Amino acid sequence: MLYIKCPHCGLRSQNEFAYGGDASVKRPELNKEISDQEWDEFVYLRKSPRGKHLELWHHVSGCRQWIKVLRDTSTHEIFNTYKSEEKVG
Amino acid sequence: MQKYSFLSLIKNAFSGHKGWEVAWKDPTPKKEYDVVIIGGGGHGLATAYYLAKEHKITNIAVIEKGWIGGGNVGRNTTIIRSNYMHDENGLFYEKGMDLWRSMSQDLNFNIMFSPRGIINLAHSDAQMNAYARRGNSMRLNGIDAVLLDREEVKKKVPVLDFSDNVRFPIFGALMQPSAGTARHDAVAWGYARQADSMGVDIIQHCEVTGFDISNGKMQGIKTSRGDIKTKKVGLCVAGSTSILAEMLNMTLPIETHLLQACVSEPIKPILDHVVTFGAGHFYCSQSDKGEMVMGGDLDGYNSYAQRGNLPTLQHVLTEGIAMFPFLSKLNMLRTWGGIMDMSMDGSPIIDKTHIAGLYLNCGWCYGGFKATPASGFTFAHTIAQDRVHELNSGFRLDRFSTGHLIDEKGLGTKTWIS
Repeated sequence: MLYIKCPHCGLRSQNEFAYGGDASVKRPELNKEISDQEWDEFVYLRKSPRGKHLELWHHVSGCRQWIKVLRDTSTHEIFNTYKSEEKVG
Repeated sequence: MQKYSFLSLIKNAFSGHKGWEVAWKDPTPKKEYDVVIIGGGGHGLATAYYLAKEHKITNIAVIEKGWIGGGNVGRNTTIIRSNYMHDENGLFYEKGMDLWRSMSQDLNFNIMFSPRGIINLAHSDAQMNAYARRGNSMRLNGIDAVLLDREEVKKKVPVLDFSDNVRFPIFGALMQPSAGTARHDAVAWGYARQADSMGVDIIQHCEVTGFDISNGKMQGIKTSRGDIKTKKVGLCVAGSTSILAEMLNMTLPIETHLLQACVSEPIKPILDHVVTFGAGHFYCSQSDKGEMVMGGDLDGYNSYAQRGNLPTLQHVLTEGIAMFPFLSKLNMLRTWGGIMDMSMDGSPIIDKTHIAGLYLNCGWCYGGFKATPASGFTFAHTIAQDRVHELNSGFRLDRFSTGHLIDEKGLGTKTWIS
């Protein structure tokens, strides 16, 4: 069982959350010409690193906020959690 | 190579079983090979075998970080089927079925192929219609498919929950009678033994640490046991594909996820077929030892852990008990996990890459085991001829940017949603 510290609610079990994938992926800017390659990168291509991974989780059975979690994909250790708009330094 | 037979068994029994040769050698890596296959799992060993057998290329090394049979080829639930709707998948996996049927003879190794049939349960009229459509598509591709009604399912699998008081009543099922199971370790050992006998070097406990590429061409690889020169490299590393891709400065349309499986304590024969739940993701068969072999959903987040978490197991087994209420009385014998290379449309990738001499075999998602022979057969062709075989021509790497997805299950593109 993973325990995730929601920045809004505190420490909760994994059961309350839904996974949202790689948080470092950026949607192409609106109102400009977007190439197929940019769409490909945004929609399909993922680094999928072994080790530290910044990812989105949705506290769906709690405050319903999207949060960012810095987690190790090989040990499942969670280093830190952030609000969605918070800068990750 | 020593031939395994009933006579050789008797002969060796009388000489105290001291006359058996090693099944494959433990060579030190040479300086140069014609082809290097990275990954000594089922797919890698099958590729080496078909390169030697079909294309007469025998100066091959199979590089394995761990040991033969320690990865996903020894961690799956051994199901073999070709019940796919789309031509790209159906024809590819049906070629695999042909290879499965003759594998024990081809490899002179009993892989215990058991075509006991797979039954996909349907729990609504809409699902029955969808299965009728899938079954028709399968039959057009020469794959056997039978639509069963509720009474026929009851006759074949009486232990399912047919009571009135269930959330997902059984309406019927789609069955592929020629599908089945095989002994997964034997598949790895059989391919390894035959490949070795044809001159392939199987190098275990050897980790790839880098690649030597110049002018966009493959020149060789760096390993924990020294540098190896080669013009052709095939990647068959399943869940570790993204790690090697990073060394190659490639970003791929796959994510690595964790999939668990489990077996119960052994019981008397009760289940003759492979049965899958239609209102969730759960599948079950009974091994020759009597254990109920079960599996289902991914853990749901990127992971390289090869070790699962309990919430997913609980979720999967809840579905299992909804199907087979007797499962709740069994003790769990073992649970384990493996890491899957989940592609974004749920279909695999077997293709050339932008680097000349680098070939990619990945994206097997939940179903790499059944693909082992067909994957090896077509990947060997792709490497030897430097062009894809017609059977894997749909499994292109660039299909995501061109929009030619093979969305077999209509599950969408995000692995963590599907």
